Amino acid sequence: MDTVNAIELKNICKYFGEVIANKDISLEVRKGEILSLLGENGSGKTTLMNMLAGIYFPDEGEIFVDGKEVKITCPADAFELGIGMIHQHFKLIETFTAAENIILGLPGAEIIKMNEVIDKINDLVNRYSFELDPTKKIYNMSVSEKQTVEIVKMLYRGANILILDEPTAVLTPQETDRLFDVLRNMRNDGKAIIIITHKLHEMLSLSDRVAVLRKGEYIRTVQTKDATELSLTEMMVGEKVTLDIGRKEPHDIVKRLEVKNLKCVDKNNVTTLDNVSFDVYGGEVLGIAGIAGSGQKELLEAIAGLQKVESGSIVYCGDNGEETELIGKNPLEIRNVGVALSFVPEDRLGMGLVANMDLADNVMLRSYREGKSSFVNRKDPRKKTEEIVDELKVVTPSISTPIRKLSGGNVQKVLVGREISNAPSVLMTAYAVRGLDINTSYTIYHLINEQKDHGTAVIYVGEDLDVLLELADRILVLCAGKVTGVVDARSVTKEQVGLMMTKHTEEVM
Amino acid sequence: MAAESLKKEPMVRIAKRSDISRRKAWFIRAVAILLALIVCGIFVYALTATNPIKVYAGMINGAIGTQRRTWNTLRDTMILLSVSLAITPAFKMRFWNIGAEGQILVGGIATAAVMRYMGDSVPTAVLFIVMIISSIIAGLVWGIIPAYFKAKYNTNETLFTLMMNYIATQLTAYFSIVWEAVKGSGTIGTINQKTKAGWISTSFMSNIFGSFNYSINVIIVLILTVAIYIYLSKTKQGYEIAVVGESENTARYAGINVKKVILRTMAISGALCGFTGFLLVSGSSHTISVNTAGGRGFTAIVVSWLAKFNPFVMALISFMLVFLDNGAVQIASEFGLNESAAEVITGVILFFLIGCEFFINYRVIFRGKHEEA
Repeated sequence: MDTVNAIELKNICKYFGEVIANKDISLEVRKGEILSLLGENGSGKTTLMNMLAGIYFPDEGEIFVDGKEVKITCPADAFELGIGMIHQHFKLIETFTAAENIILGLPGAEIIKMNEVIDKINDLVNRYSFELDPTKKIYNMSVSEKQTVEIVKMLYRGANILILDEPTAVLTPQETDRLFDVLRNMRNDGKAIIIITHKLHEMLSLSDRVAVLRKGEYIRTVQTKDATELSLTEMMVGEKVTLDIGRKEPHDIVKRLEVKNLKCVDKNNVTTLDNVSFDVYGGEVLGIAGIAGSGQKELLEAIAGLQKVESGSIVYCGDNGEETELIGKNPLEIRNVGVALSFVPEDRLGMGLVANMDLADNVMLRSYREGKSSFVNRKDPRKKTEEIVDELKVVTPSISTPIRKLSGGNVQKVLVGREISNAPSVLMTAYAVRGLDINTSYTIYHLINEQKDHGTAVIYVGEDLDVLLELADRILVLCAGKVTGVVDARSVTKEQVGLMMTKHTEEVM
Repeated sequence: MAAESLKKEPMVRIAKRSDISRRKAWFIRAVAILLALIVCGIFVYALTATNPIKVYAGMINGAIGTQRRTWNTLRDTMILLSVSLAITPAFKMRFWNIGAEGQILVGGIATAAVMRYMGDSVPTAVLFIVMIISSIIAGLVWGIIPAYFKAKYNTNETLFTLMMNYIATQLTAYFSIVWEAVKGSGTIGTINQKTKAGWISTSFMSNIFGSFNYSINVIIVLILTVAIYIYLSKTKQGYEIAVVGESENTARYAGINVKKVILRTMAISGALCGFTGFLLVSGSSHTISVNTAGGRGFTAIVVSWLAKFNPFVMALISFMLVFLDNGAVQIASEFGLNESAAEVITGVILFFLIGCEFFINYRVIFRGKHEEA
């Protein structure tokens, strides 16, 4: 292998106003290696990578590519230097084919010889054993196929240095394995790969070295073979931690919700939920697994009264044996019949919270109606907000700060804190730890366990199967709007759940 | 590639400010106004070769030079402020109500009708109550129609309210002929010129503040300013408006009936516009024509947004705009510039004032300059 580093960063600094995003970061990436970049939310990983991709420009410091100092002022500069970044959100044109997307924006002759392009793409695909049909339209593709298009696009443009920002967040375990195989092939071909991920076990199985950032500062780089999940976490957090979700055996379980033959269709008359039936018990965590867009959102919103339902029933069973049909009621009516239903939606700032309002105004979002006066009582919500900030250690300048100024983890703490403070009998969470660092994630897991212990019925929609298996008591698997199984989380394996997520199996229950 | 890779750092970069102190923000605004005045001065000097200082003195003279001019400036400020207050709940809800013109006109027509047909036959108090109620109802209906279609069928409120303006203008034109003072003139002329029935200025505090007395207008609108402030920031309905404006999804999630809030808010907005029509007809012009609203329904949008929906800042901005406007009319006649020159000056000042918001939100960094964190 070449001894010249593919990338060398020297004393890179980047400030956003008063905020120090990156401070004095120096690290190098070798050719033919996979480097993992590890750090909590807001530790500056994405900022650092965006400076390599030409999206930001460093305030101080130097960047060397192949041993030469460079200035990357725009994404085109990055392309020219052979740096390609695959973002969390794909930048593809849905109605174009894969090949058309791949050559989009490239210079060339007036007449495009599509056959030659496709041949060249197929060469790349075979070389690294991707699975891709260049003539397929993007809108017909799964998330993992779209990701493949993004990676091939970068390779087609001659990228030798690939940066992947949380590439596995949207993939099933099987798809993740396939992606890792491809990445290893590329490494063996001499490419330098930087991968940002929050999933430690993936990082341990894939990368050669791990570089750790903490609060915008570079901590150190270690050989992956010398690292463990615990040692990496401690480096990242800066103190001793225990990684234990701490699931307890459920006790005193009672039936809370009975969902029967639920069917929903979307605007275009496509069925989003098909004949879904299951029960939810108080004192238990029901995990819901499935590929993104398999009906999880519709299911939770149907229970919350936010989704139109075609047919079926959702019955709430009260403590006194009283049964209430929830379908046909809006969130306010559900509340008014005495059902304490809390919901942490997937879209935190677009549904659960109001980005431009301050913490206290957000905390009173579900309770502002209390009292007969036509004036808003802000005193009690402010007190409640102080409590949430104290208990969950929310980092904020004050409770009068607009919530959009908080980091992702703190935003989620406020949302979860509010929903739990309403003493729910049913708590629904959708991707509650998405994008959160490991510390905050464990805070959320512990809050969920606590609620379960209090007898709350918890529905936990998650994407990380390892966590689902450790947190939930039972797991309901959705595939294309259908229930493909309800399994015991203590005995099932990740692979079995992964299979149910993609295939319609008959062995229900 | 080697040559390419030795590119220089970009000349200027733009970075978002994380926070800015209130003092610094006002400083930037003050500098903007100063710069605007200098640019206007150059503009005026280039055209007329007169001393710009003299021109500005002329402006001040035109706006507040005499008691009469001061009262006129105050009166116009109050009308503009009243419209701005009226449309603010709608805009805070992100309902793009550009139909204030029409809502003002129908309120004005209702007022004029009551003045004409009941002016001499009922006691003053009854007359005013009927005038106010009918103007409010007229504006409310004009406002609630687009809101209903928005809530029910999700029609585009911008186009809908705009088209309602044309209907209101045509209605005004129609009544201008029905009620014309002199046959063939096509104008109504001053209503109740002899009896002054239904004139705010003569009915209550006549002759306390002299002959150009608009103090009632001022008091009414200032009360309205405080009321709107309290409504938007302290009441449950005001909170609902803010939530719906930020995100309808969040509103639904919180159990807010979005349709009801849209209808209710536009009813309030339309009603207040109609009431402004009453203020215009009864309180200042004592007649009605297609020009009565005079574009205030649109200027008010600028006032409302510039003030970031704060009613007290809206009072300040309304005054500034009317001051500029009235001052500009004066210099147009005094220095032989035509009305367009006055508009250019107002335009330049607004350009700088709105443009400086960019520098309040962003920081510009020049090459080679690194700020210490």
